[in-house]
Amino acid sequence: MMRAMAKHPASSWSGLPAALALSLGLCAGALATPKFEDTIAQRTLACTACHGEQGRAAPDGYYPRLAGKPAGYLYHQLLNFRDGRRHYGLMTRMVDPLSDAYLLEIARYFSALDVPYPAPQPASVPPAVLQRGQTLARQGDAQRRIPACVQCHGTALTGVAPDIPGLVGLPRDYLNAQLGAWQTRQRQAHAPDCMAQIAQRMDADDVTAVAAWLAAQPVPAPAKPASTLPAPPPATGGERWRCGSAPAVEAAQALTGVKP
Amino acid sequence: MKRGVRLLAILAVLLVAAGALVWHHNFNDGVDVLAPAPAMAPAEKTARVERGAYLARAGNCAACHTTRGGTPYAGGRAIETPFGTVYGSNLTPDPATGIGRWNAAEFWRALHHGRSKDGRLLSPAFPYTSTTQVTRADADALFAYLQSLPPVVQSNHPSALRWPYNTQAALAAWRTLYFRPGASSGGPADPARSAEWNRGAYLVHGLGHCAGCHTPRNALGATDNSADLAGGLIPMQNWYAPALNRASEAGVADWPLADIVQLLKTGQSPRGQVTGPMAEVVQHSTQHLSDADLGAMAIYLKSLPPAGEAAKPAPAAVGTIKLGRGAKLYENHCAQCHGDQGEGVAGAYPALAGNRAVTMAQATNLVQTVLHGGFAPATAGNPRPYGMPPYVLVLNDADVAAVLSHLRTSWGHAAGEVTELDVNRVRASTGDGR
Repeated sequence: MMRAMAKHPASSWSGLPAALALSLGLCAGALATPKFEDTIAQRTLACTACHGEQGRAAPDGYYPRLAGKPAGYLYHQLLNFRDGRRHYGLMTRMVDPLSDAYLLEIARYFSALDVPYPAPQPASVPPAVLQRGQTLARQGDAQRRIPACVQCHGTALTGVAPDIPGLVGLPRDYLNAQLGAWQTRQRQAHAPDCMAQIAQRMDADDVTAVAAWLAAQPVPAPAKPASTLPAPPPATGGERWRCGSAPAVEAAQALTGVKP
Repeated sequence: MKRGVRLLAILAVLLVAAGALVWHHNFNDGVDVLAPAPAMAPAEKTARVERGAYLARAGNCAACHTTRGGTPYAGGRAIETPFGTVYGSNLTPDPATGIGRWNAAEFWRALHHGRSKDGRLLSPAFPYTSTTQVTRADADALFAYLQSLPPVVQSNHPSALRWPYNTQAALAAWRTLYFRPGASSGGPADPARSAEWNRGAYLVHGLGHCAGCHTPRNALGATDNSADLAGGLIPMQNWYAPALNRASEAGVADWPLADIVQLLKTGQSPRGQVTGPMAEVVQHSTQHLSDADLGAMAIYLKSLPPAGEAAKPAPAAVGTIKLGRGAKLYENHCAQCHGDQGEGVAGAYPALAGNRAVTMAQATNLVQTVLHGGFAPATAGNPRPYGMPPYVLVLNDADVAAVLSHLRTSWGHAAGEVTELDVNRVRASTGDGR
């Protein structure tokens, strides 16, 4: 039933050993609430032990932040871990015995939290790489049919309610690992899996650059996701995206008249 | 020379006789798979399908016959055994890949005699050693339910058992040693006992297949009938299914009936809560059973003849440095929820003081719990369970051994030490969900 812990960071999780070492302090110090209360915060101490107090994991570890992310996105990820579309043994075991209704409640709880985030870690890559990352995130690469991150994840990159996640406030190792996992199909979403298609058009340098740039961006206050998708910039070639886990993407493109 | 020939002849006769015996035992079950099914009124058919749906829950068939995130009963889940991997088969009525071409008699023969549609012997990873107790009427209801499901086209994954376990000859020999078909009548197991007791025995030993985990297995994977429900290490998972007939483990002889029912219904009770593989059983199976059936199971479990508690030598004293380290770790990581004195919080965090799960000789479940944490199962009776964080990335083997040794020697406990090796064995063998 259980395979070796050492195995589940797939080959794409290259930054994991260092990231785990960094995360130790994070997990160990997280249990700070002194008294028992019958609250959803108390019920989810198992989550915040790693994802940080109030789900506010800092970008110096490995774990993604939860606080303020779109509820639909968080809910889908919990289902994806439980139903085998995302693979991380600890998360799978955690959510395995939980119902849809409870997972939705947990997702909504973390989504509704509006907490300030610390400043990001300064980037440790050459300026040219950072510049490349910014270009990919803001303009994309029309020639290689890679859309800009902002096209779907919002101009402020804090995501779009209810289903599209924010990309800022996440550790670089985590971003690297996720893009790698999309490329190798380790990470999946409901079909059509738009993010897998996009990640597969990126090469290793693209991933390094965009992860470094994203991880160096501050989380704006408030960190709330946008309520509507931005209009797609013409540089993407007007490609129409269909995302099984974010039906709003296609609807918005239909409204703005993007042709396939 | 003459003597040698005679010996050879005797040997040959013996071999033929043994072969005939093995053949007779395995293939002469007398089930007429060509007999036409009796006609049935539509209302009767609907009731039978509903009954079958309930029985499928009682047997938790979906657990092995569904892959993670897959369509229920369409098969595909890998089940690792000490002899290789087998895969749950497609039970939906697709004619080509499921059981759409089976009839009720063939299905009954599978449950009762462990044989497939084509007559092949089935691997006992499919627990027909238990389902052989299921009555023909219940088997027919289960079959009717499965046939009512939407057909799913999903080919069965061939099993990957090692030689010789993948041969029919090995299965025939194994079955001759360890498999006896149950009574076809499905009548009461003990007419001197109450109907409830018999119903409980039927559910526990039949569809419930509790023995699959709670009865120890021998080197060939057969459950030991002389040690029925006496506790067993679940192969490949490193969880220990505690003895149901032992006061020091999970025996319920002195529990109020209502507490046993509550545990099976909600996953929680004033006397303990379920963890690990049993959480899955409660979530997908027992929480869906009627109070009457849970009560019957409770009556039966309470009546199990208690196993004698072996006089244990006093465990060796644990070093004070290790215990000091364990106490400090407990204060830092555990006391906030489980309390300074291991008293827990009723309904949320189990008490550790006086908890049999803490003091049981087998400590593997404790190690699993500390390493991986987790939630109690979400059930109708406990829909929003509390969770425990995983410590697999926080505490090293020595830390886990120290804090568990502290638990097992505090608050009047006199259970044995947990060693780094005990922790490492679990850490090395466990990982992602399934």
